[in-house]
Amino acid sequence: MARDVVIALRGLRNQFGATVVHDNLDLDVYRGEVVGVVGGSGTGKSVLLRCIAGLRPPQGGRIEIFGQDALNCSEAERRAIDQRMGVMFQDGALFSSLTVRENVEVPMRTLQGLDAGMRRELADLKISMSGLPYAAGDKYPSELSGGMRKRAGLARALALDPEIVFLDEPTAGLDPIGASAFDELIRALSETLGLTVFLVTHDLDTLHATCDRIAVLAEKRVLYTGTMADMLTIEHPWVHEYFHGPRARAAVETQERTG
Amino acid sequence: MSTHADPDISARSDRVAAPVRVTRDGAGWAISGALHIRNLSEAAAELRQLEGVGDTQLDMAQLGHLDTAGAYLLHKLRARIAASGAQLDFSNLQADHQALIDRVGAAMPQPDAVQAPRASVTDVLEGLGRKVAGAGMFLVELVAMLGLFLARLAYLLRRPSEFRLTALVHHCDQVGWKAVPIVALMGFLIGVVLAFQGSVQLRQFGAEIFVVDLIAISILRELGILLTAIIVAGRTASSFTAAIGSMKMREEIDAMRTLAIDPATALFVPRILALLITLPILGAIANVMGLFGGAMMAWIELGISPGMFMTRLLEDTSVDHVLVGFVKAPVFAMIIGVIGCHAGMQVGGNAESLGAQTSAAVVRAIFMVIVADALFSVFFAIMGI
Repeated sequence: MARDVVIALRGLRNQFGATVVHDNLDLDVYRGEVVGVVGGSGTGKSVLLRCIAGLRPPQGGRIEIFGQDALNCSEAERRAIDQRMGVMFQDGALFSSLTVRENVEVPMRTLQGLDAGMRRELADLKISMSGLPYAAGDKYPSELSGGMRKRAGLARALALDPEIVFLDEPTAGLDPIGASAFDELIRALSETLGLTVFLVTHDLDTLHATCDRIAVLAEKRVLYTGTMADMLTIEHPWVHEYFHGPRARAAVETQERTG
Repeated sequence: MSTHADPDISARSDRVAAPVRVTRDGAGWAISGALHIRNLSEAAAELRQLEGVGDTQLDMAQLGHLDTAGAYLLHKLRARIAASGAQLDFSNLQADHQALIDRVGAAMPQPDAVQAPRASVTDVLEGLGRKVAGAGMFLVELVAMLGLFLARLAYLLRRPSEFRLTALVHHCDQVGWKAVPIVALMGFLIGVVLAFQGSVQLRQFGAEIFVVDLIAISILRELGILLTAIIVAGRTASSFTAAIGSMKMREEIDAMRTLAIDPATALFVPRILALLITLPILGAIANVMGLFGGAMMAWIELGISPGMFMTRLLEDTSVDHVLVGFVKAPVFAMIIGVIGCHAGMQVGGNAESLGAQTSAAVVRAIFMVIVADALFSVFFAIMGI
């Protein structure tokens, strides 16, 4: 079955001064899949995410999103693309002067013909779908724990029912129970909403539990892509170390135990 | 989710753009088109036809794109119809729509019981009382901060090896040296203004020469040090609050405590001490520049030569005025430093409180400086100095 490519990166180049982070990077993301990007510190995982999300123009290469050239398009076209994507930042990046509900309502305000009452109800729905209690809607971000802020950030990212969601370190800083609950949430949302999820993570458990496909960033490009099983057979020293280290073995065992 | 062969971008946009229609279909109703957050109000209007028709069925086979907002609308409709005693069934659901509707159904927000807001006379009184108590507590906290500073200073006098000389020099540079240009310019302009305004009035009485006394007394006694303190309050109280506040926000202060570094010794003492040292110097610069500006204006406007100005200044102006001015400098420095550091420690966990505390610190510092100046005036008047 031919699969629908929603994000296509070709020959992407990113550099900071003389430091080249990405060079000739290619990657395809298919509709409805959960892709996890892994790589050592400083390999530019977050830079890649920021590039695709349109927060940072790359120094070279092409980015196609929904079949449209995302780098050479008008502002209106770019805005249309942005409305079909949602980003969850590492610490939620919620607006600190607004309550959680108001935060979730912010993207909805750009839509015409959506009255305030309905907007509020939909915001409550997103808050509830992200696994937050109803009362969290009235709280300010500073009153929430780190895990709740992440959920609220996810609720805001999902406000307009985007087709692609970018998650930057979704489980970093969460306790294991909270992290696995978040993994399940991502999995469940991607299945029922048909979401394409692009996530950057260090968490091997998250990779096991949520990702259909893993992309390994190394040597300034996407060195390998494949399923978790594929990753275990790769001989590249860094990849081998990453997926066969003590933490990786623990993650595999947990996964096998829980089924 | 679409599994068409690609490219289904255009196919998808058709699915999204198709207008939503609810039509009669045999015994029941049928919905077609897309139902999502962008056409929610049209969809709500169409679906309203189903209300008040009793038990009915909605055929969903022709429904295109459905999102969570659309699923929410369907749930609300079903709930409203159920509340009116009838029943609505969805038939011929596609599998992905079914999954979405189930998911949304499981997550329907359950509002907690709302507490009615009450506003009675006692609430108003309570609010007033809390404000008064808060203001009292604020003053107590300021005194506590002053006491903390003095205690740590006394401690450091006994153990000078723990004193952070580098920090003190750094803050003297920030608070004092960097403020010299603006304070000098301010002093000069005040002198110019006083001489100019004074000469216009005094000329009417032929008492031009008294402009020297006017300038000397008002600048040396009041304006030089007061306006310097106000400028320093604006510059320095805010920077103290911002610096200490952002450390508080990022838990650096807590980190210092766990590393057995006393924040008062490390942060407050060098800052307030730097103010104590530099504010009198800045005041002196403002005084000199004010006299210089006044003398220049008196020469241009009234023809009082610099030599005559100098003679008159030395003969007629008691050195008491200068002392009265300088006595206030350390008090103003303490006020500014204590308020700035205290506000920094009040910053909470978010950037907003940092901004609020910074501006509050400036307002409070300027206000307290002026209050202290007024108290000094009353005191000196009673003492006859």
